[in-house]
Amino acid sequence: MHRIHVIIAMDPHTIAQGARSIKDALVKNIDLAGLNQDVRVVETGSLGIYNKGVVLVVFPDGIYYTGVKLEDVSEIVSEHLVKGRVVTRLRYSEIPEESRAEEKAPRFGKQVRVVLKNAGMIDPESIEEYIAQDGYEAFGKALTELTPKDVLKIVTDSGMLGRGGAFFPTGMKWGFAAREKSDEKYIICNADEGEPGTFKDRLILEGDPHAVLEGMCLAGYAIGAHMGYVYIRGEYHMSIARVRRAIEQAKKQGLLGKNIFGSGFDFDIQVREGAGAYICGEETALIESIEGKRGEPRDKPPFPPSVGLWGKPTIVNNVETLATVPQILLKGGDWYKSLGTESTPGTKVFTLVGNINNPGLIEVPLGITLREIIYDIGQGIPNGRGFKLAQLGGTTGGILTSEHLDLPLDIINLRSVEAGLGSGAMLVVDDTHNVVELVQNFAEFFNHESCGKCTLCREGTGRLVELLHKLTSGCGSEKDIDLIERLAGHMMKSAFCGLGQAAPVPILGCLRYFRDDFIAMAQQNQQRVPVSA
Amino acid sequence: MKSISVTIDGTRITVPEGTTVLDAAKKAQIKIPTLCYHPDLPPVSACRLCVVEIAGDRLLRTACSWQCRDGMEISTKSALVRDSRKMALELLLSRHPMKCTECVRNGSCELQDVADLLGIRENPFEYRERKGELDLSSASIVRDPSKCILCRRCIQTCEMVQSVSAIGLEGRGYDVWVDTPFGKGIADTPCVSCGQCIDRCPVGALYETSHVDRVWRALDNPQKHVVIQTAPAVRVAISEEFGLEPGKLTTKQMVAGLKRLGFDRVFDTNFTADLTIIEEGHELLGRLKKGGKLPMLTSCSPGWINFIEHFFPELLPHVSSCKSPQQMFGALAKTYYAQKFGIDPKDVFSVSMMPCTAKKYEADRPEMNASGYQDVDAVLTTREVAVMMKQIGIDLPNMHEEEYDDPLGVSTGAAVIFGNTGGVMEAALRTVYEVVTEKPLDDIEITAVRGMEGIREAEIDLAGTKVKAAVANGLYNARQLLDKIVAGTADYHFIEIMACPGGCIGGGGQPIPTSQEIRAKRTEAIYTEDRAYELRKSHENPAVQLLYKEFLGEPNGHKAHELLHTHYTAKSQYQPDSAA
Amino acid sequence: MSDLNRIDQIVAGYQSTQSPLIYILKDVQKEFGHLSEPVLTRVAEATRIPLSEIYGVATFYSLFTTKPKGQHIVRCCNNAPCWVNGSKDVLEKIKEYLEIETGETTEDGSFTLEFTSCLGLCAVAPVMMVDEQVYGNLTPEKAVAILRDFKTKGSANA
Repeated sequence: MHRIHVIIAMDPHTIAQGARSIKDALVKNIDLAGLNQDVRVVETGSLGIYNKGVVLVVFPDGIYYTGVKLEDVSEIVSEHLVKGRVVTRLRYSEIPEESRAEEKAPRFGKQVRVVLKNAGMIDPESIEEYIAQDGYEAFGKALTELTPKDVLKIVTDSGMLGRGGAFFPTGMKWGFAAREKSDEKYIICNADEGEPGTFKDRLILEGDPHAVLEGMCLAGYAIGAHMGYVYIRGEYHMSIARVRRAIEQAKKQGLLGKNIFGSGFDFDIQVREGAGAYICGEETALIESIEGKRGEPRDKPPFPPSVGLWGKPTIVNNVETLATVPQILLKGGDWYKSLGTESTPGTKVFTLVGNINNPGLIEVPLGITLREIIYDIGQGIPNGRGFKLAQLGGTTGGILTSEHLDLPLDIINLRSVEAGLGSGAMLVVDDTHNVVELVQNFAEFFNHESCGKCTLCREGTGRLVELLHKLTSGCGSEKDIDLIERLAGHMMKSAFCGLGQAAPVPILGCLRYFRDDFIAMAQQNQQRVPVSA
Repeated sequence: MKSISVTIDGTRITVPEGTTVLDAAKKAQIKIPTLCYHPDLPPVSACRLCVVEIAGDRLLRTACSWQCRDGMEISTKSALVRDSRKMALELLLSRHPMKCTECVRNGSCELQDVADLLGIRENPFEYRERKGELDLSSASIVRDPSKCILCRRCIQTCEMVQSVSAIGLEGRGYDVWVDTPFGKGIADTPCVSCGQCIDRCPVGALYETSHVDRVWRALDNPQKHVVIQTAPAVRVAISEEFGLEPGKLTTKQMVAGLKRLGFDRVFDTNFTADLTIIEEGHELLGRLKKGGKLPMLTSCSPGWINFIEHFFPELLPHVSSCKSPQQMFGALAKTYYAQKFGIDPKDVFSVSMMPCTAKKYEADRPEMNASGYQDVDAVLTTREVAVMMKQIGIDLPNMHEEEYDDPLGVSTGAAVIFGNTGGVMEAALRTVYEVVTEKPLDDIEITAVRGMEGIREAEIDLAGTKVKAAVANGLYNARQLLDKIVAGTADYHFIEIMACPGGCIGGGGQPIPTSQEIRAKRTEAIYTEDRAYELRKSHENPAVQLLYKEFLGEPNGHKAHELLHTHYTAKSQYQPDSAA
Repeated sequence: MSDLNRIDQIVAGYQSTQSPLIYILKDVQKEFGHLSEPVLTRVAEATRIPLSEIYGVATFYSLFTTKPKGQHIVRCCNNAPCWVNGSKDVLEKIKEYLEIETGETTEDGSFTLEFTSCLGLCAVAPVMMVDEQVYGNLTPEKAVAILRDFKTKGSANA
């Protein structure tokens, strides 16, 4: 039995700051100190602290260390683990000692953790730890006490809206597929997270993979599917490994496979890897990709719940959606409705990025304001700079400015200002940035990611880059601004799929609020607004 | 099917459930511009030109793919629709070289038509060239990706109609383009040269390798004795190049036009079509009697021959050894005809007028030199002949009528139906039946093998022997039959395959556009022509009978084998020009 | 270079997987470095999928390459969250250091420089990925130091 557990956050953020080598050094030092019988080093997903370097927690003391460097490791081992003395210079003071009660912590003060309740709290590589947190209880309850129709009803009644970005009612989508008569149906978990600024799905997959699998099992049970696929971005190496491992464990425990717990219900899950294409986040493009083709979107209708993967009824749900389902089953639709607002029940995971002091992943009930997110949770903008704009929902998201700081964020309110929650990414941009250059950056992204199928998106994204470059390089005119506006307007209405239709959203949004900046660019084309470093 | 009613631009119409907005609009006499849509192919909704506005819908929808729903209110002319179409077109035009006067499709270009229709007078976008290089590697087909508008019709045709998939997409986004794998020449792919892609290309990105200059040089050379043979299917289609409705027969005006062009003799491929029936009929009877490889597969369609060489080389022994009528003609023009009329065969320049692009490749095959020379010197498509006629001011519909020359212009109705899918089968059965039973056929129109379905079957009683026949048109359909042969589940004796939908009347060298409707009209014209013949069975062709008597001897005899039969080469799908 | 017969083994390994082309291409690329004409031709033969279709897939996805690349692949993120944190300067400095543009390979074949779409590491933006290792909180100087390490040792620590 180990006396002490050292939890090390092993997520791509901390790995990017050197967590791997710290862990190796830690294990080595513990061995050297002869403590390998007493101390166990456990990797976990993100601990919710993102830009403070490598993060460790020593349990049972509950001491957080941040910014741990290689040269600090021997000190932590010899001082804390051997002598029981806290290394105060590395201690993260914002986390109180009873840190497992996340909701009480000031850092997490306005957060309510539903989807993220386990992420960072359990060892994502251990199915036992997930089970200990009521894991697979909802699935067990469904198999023994509920009919597929009951499950469908609970999810429908919860009013849950899909968290992939379109906010389509999850229960309704399941209902379409449940009604289809087919020998084969499929559940797909859309983990092709590629929306810039978004990493919620990755942290759920890496921090609590079993919640996603359980959600898929429940969806499969509700619609009568026997096979599920988790389509994960090819770049997400760790997510792929964690989910694969979780599937193996679930199979070993009899939670996946034939005749699960004697219920007569069969369900299996496979991982499918993407190969580098943002468009595959679009559900029909994703289906094409699983089918081994170019990830180009299909014409809709027919929609996937009727004609999907290999022509069979298919549900495509986002990671966050599926990870929430088990808790809705356990706690009931009314509980879920009690969170969030009337139009948008539940919590929403946001990723707070850009020019912000405390970037990272947060889960909050809908109805929270932009001001609370930026200035309370995000601790404001660095170096005392002013707020210029926020983009909500990823690079396809709408633009919010200082006039929207006190708008309660839910679907209806956002729609009224031509924005949406989208992927939940919230990009904060400070007032040192030139909006036209920012818009050019957006356009470059779409140009890189357009699949090339339809005229408006293929040619349109290319032309937007060209016209914006004309402006930012001092060769543009006001005529170019009009053409940008006309082109973007038509893309929004007439492009084939969501990518081409959404690409103009931030561009038109910036034109709406910062048209003067564009005109200034066109008129005083030699005197460029300074760009921040 | 349930009827529903929709309102288009204020006009209320009733259509069957499942009707697309495009078809409903057509019914309401409203023309919606299209570019990527083609009636032969499923819609890809890529060009975004046919968008319409539907009441209550925040997005514009593509008429080609969007289905009508009861009570739907559609606007095809709102300001938003008009400007959206204009935008899509401006974007496409800005990546098109606009060298219209130098383009093979000048005057028959769908992009030009749509630009005219929408009244494009200027373009706010600067020209940006599309990727890709001119591909002159093929004997039949030229690819010019710089003109491509990415409608994908060629890719769909190659994959879905022909199951060849020689070309596909490369890259993605702004720089996506249609190409062969690794940018190889089209000749280094399993392309079968059928030219179906050309028939469906809306612009000049795909066209035939031109033999026009080659033919003019021969016609201008007084040393040359220039003869032309005309394939069965060209006579029912060339009038379309002169603005007449599809299906209008102008055979005799065409003969007059060819004479005006300066051909010394205008002959008919029908003559060797009749000859093919004699040779192939005897080959079939021989195989049936002597237990040869069955089912026997026809060999008239060069696109089909390319296909089986590339994709099913193991089935080559099934293919009739008969050359196609074009190549039989070529071999005879420089032997029998030259001898009979005392012309030095080296001075004979043999041209064929074909509905086909694969015929160019076929004429180029190294083994096609039975006469000691290249048997066929140049192959003109129906379109190219029309170009030549227009160059010297021939207005086909107003030409006088002339007859084919003797003797290689004599033919029967059985030969002319070679132009239709099922025609070779029908012609063969007309002859084989009478040869075997020695009784006249009661009804010579064997309708079981006629029609437009991809695969058709028939069973004929030949004096107690039941002969089971099948007919396929389009290589996708052919592949279904070949898969059955490979699997050992095909119990046919004789199979006719034509590479192109509808047979030669739908060939890759025929007037553009093509569609099921147009092909059906050409098909009907072929049958009309057949009915007009006094002689309708190949074995009754007196000139063919004379040919055997004077020159060839027996059907399938030694001389016939030397001149009229050939062999095939197994090719790889990947390195098609080297034997596997 | 590996033996082309290896491709047949890879394809055979996916016999029971429905539509395995993307998996096959990933494995084959891992084995052969890039998806060359002989390699994809063999994949086409083994899978009986038309080469044009395979080539279309191989050129669609950014993680596949039909051309040989450098020993190390440097993937820089320049999406908006990195961009507002100065990725442009990082990228410019890397280009200057490696003396290549994005999409190119250094003359000595040691580095290929590419864009990547957002890697979801925006809390430590700007970021880059060298081979499969990610680096965050980059400054132009830090990025160059990392690459210099790769150049001298062939690997580096964050």
